[in-house]
Amino acid sequence: MLELTPKPAIDTPDQTIGTVTIALTDGVALASVAARKGQLAACEKVLSARLGAVPPVGRAVDGTGETCFWTGPEQWMVSAPEDGQHVLADQWKDALGDAASVTEQSGGWVVFDVRGAGMPAMCELLCSVPVRRMETGDVQRTMIHQTGCFVICREAGRHIRILGPRASAQSLHHALITAATAVA
Amino acid sequence: MIIDHPLLGPRDSSEFTYLGDARLIDRPDPDGQDAAAAFYDYAYLRDNPAGWHRELWFHEAGDRSWLVVTRNTLTHEISKVELASDVARVQGRSK
Repeated sequence: MLELTPKPAIDTPDQTIGTVTIALTDGVALASVAARKGQLAACEKVLSARLGAVPPVGRAVDGTGETCFWTGPEQWMVSAPEDGQHVLADQWKDALGDAASVTEQSGGWVVFDVRGAGMPAMCELLCSVPVRRMETGDVQRTMIHQTGCFVICREAGRHIRILGPRASAQSLHHALITAATAVA
Repeated sequence: MIIDHPLLGPRDSSEFTYLGDARLIDRPDPDGQDAAAAFYDYAYLRDNPAGWHRELWFHEAGDRSWLVVTRNTLTHEISKVELASDVARVQGRSK
């Protein structure tokens, strides 16, 4: 049987510009969870059981091997390291049943990790997220280079993770490099 | 213009897209006696007030929620921002 392994969105090495390092992070499994009408309580019960807590508005919660963040009213995104089995969405669907709609999202997004002391200055050129006020675990959706992206604060003032549309990976990467070069 | 999102706090209006009069929530009953006239009214006839106006905004570059924003069209002052789902719920819709 053919070995089907997803390729990275774009082929680019990690780049350090000034104090900022931009890395494409491959192998992130994603699944969206949206509570069905009237099923919020049932959905939150499962989220709480699996993650230890329900992610509040604009926040991420770390579970065991999984991270989940709030994306909108009664909606969340779950992420986990891709183990090659592509089962994250199926596992969540099995756990949630009819309480929520779960959609595989791994192929829809590209993930960039931006680290370094110059990250806040660079982020301020890219989007309107108040990056200097963000605490570890804060998440905001915003526009970067005309694309809708999630900005996740992984370490306040030092490290953000950007989830952007995979089909625009090259454009988004170009925007990140340009901004990093401008503040270097 | 800053829209004070009920969940996310103050956000710049550039993150939102505008749809129009919030009465679009009140879709007429398609099985009603006067459905044709009601839909004509619903689809084409709008007030264009100089002053306070309730309108629908979509938080496109944010949490993708629909909001009902009460805005003064003369001054752009915003007096109230609600989640459209809450407004519909109060009217007995969208349980």
